[in-house]
Amino acid sequence: MSKIKRGVSLYSFQEEMFLGQMSVEDCVSFAASIGATGIEVLPEQNMPTFPNLSDADVEAWKAMVARHGCHFTAYDMFLDTKLRKDRLMSDDEQVESIVRDLKLCNRLGIRNMRVLVFVRPDILGRCVPYAEELDVHMGVEVHAPWHLEHAWILRTLEEADRLGTKHLGILPDMGIFMKHYPPAFRARFERQGARPEITQFIVDQHEQKIMAEYTIYEVAVKLQGNKAEVAMAETLRHAPYANPKRLADYAPYFHHIQAKFYEMNEDCTDPSIAYDEVIDVLVGCGWEGTLSSEYEGNRWVQDVQEVDSREQVRRQHVMFERLIAQAEARHAAKGAA
Amino acid sequence: MFDKYIIDAATLRNTGPADAPTGFSFETKLGYYRGIGLSMVEDLVVSIDGEALPREAIRFDDGNGSLTLDEMETAYDRRWLFGAVATITVALAGGFPAGEHKLAFQQRLRVSYLPFPAFNNDEKTVKVA
Repeated sequence: MSKIKRGVSLYSFQEEMFLGQMSVEDCVSFAASIGATGIEVLPEQNMPTFPNLSDADVEAWKAMVARHGCHFTAYDMFLDTKLRKDRLMSDDEQVESIVRDLKLCNRLGIRNMRVLVFVRPDILGRCVPYAEELDVHMGVEVHAPWHLEHAWILRTLEEADRLGTKHLGILPDMGIFMKHYPPAFRARFERQGARPEITQFIVDQHEQKIMAEYTIYEVAVKLQGNKAEVAMAETLRHAPYANPKRLADYAPYFHHIQAKFYEMNEDCTDPSIAYDEVIDVLVGCGWEGTLSSEYEGNRWVQDVQEVDSREQVRRQHVMFERLIAQAEARHAAKGAA
Repeated sequence: MFDKYIIDAATLRNTGPADAPTGFSFETKLGYYRGIGLSMVEDLVVSIDGEALPREAIRFDDGNGSLTLDEMETAYDRRWLFGAVATITVALAGGFPAGEHKLAFQQRLRVSYLPFPAFNNDEKTVKVA
């Protein structure tokens, strides 16, 4: 049995759920059908009675996932610091909101909470005693353009170390490992009027890992790029390729991964995100946790085609099975040698 | 992420007496991947042929009671659920102008984790059926 489990974030099916084509249960049933039995939930998306879930609601949610042979893996929290127009939430109010989520997480039997990356480390430090008591790991989402060694992320890890807690850490989003520029992004910018020679230039610059600002200046000023071309160049600010090897260094700080992707090829390979390298590192360091699909391609193709999130997620899981098996065989052989 | 869906053109109707409409309405959804508290809906802007109608003329109702946009700002206990339909009603003497016109709708949201306000924009050429 592999240490790496497969799961799905309900975020992946946002297009179909928004349009009323799939219910939450349809998503869970589909996940079960591809062996992705870990369900990551966004209560503010999926649970209409949030934040006032009754005990009966909680039991109904647990029973629903169990009926499909699934279980909840993670809870995506939000923090509405801008709830009021006249002022930001006070520190006490922020702690109160996070503790509310920790309690709900615990009631739902979920042990990983995805914390938005903008939440301050000192606020999370104040929540640690509650997280420990409720046995919920608070993982700050490491989302592009942040990365594993970004100073902001390191502050959370320093806070966790200072408190000597196992209930505060990170939750990496694989969008930080964008090795190649996503063809789906490029295609949409071309539909919006970007010229192919300019989009090729931007793709080539990304391929060479040239820092975003150089390319943006080239496109906006030197090449006099149009609106779509400049917008495409600006996406480079959020398109980093961080070093997958660092996952091994920080593995003790996370138990759950948001397996972000924008599109899968028909042959079940990812044209953009370096999952081959990521999974090799995870297997090599013996990481235990869930790879939770986070399909975010709907917004890039919905202008020209029906979105089929199920097919995209299915292909990603075929890739996961293949890459996990290959990496396990490779590392077992290395261990035996 | 859902901009193209936020005006449901098929639901455009005039309101008030058929021979003397007092405004028009259409259905919308929140163009966001989760629900949010109504107080974080900073503005809903309705325009016809590029001209914005007054904020005071607009009412929001998600089925739990009609609110002005000012009332929404302090509706701390009400949420606009993900995927939930709401009706936007606009007071306009004579109703929606006859024939085809460009109807634009913008949802301006305060999303706490973003450094800037979030705008959802849709524009469709529509006419009252």
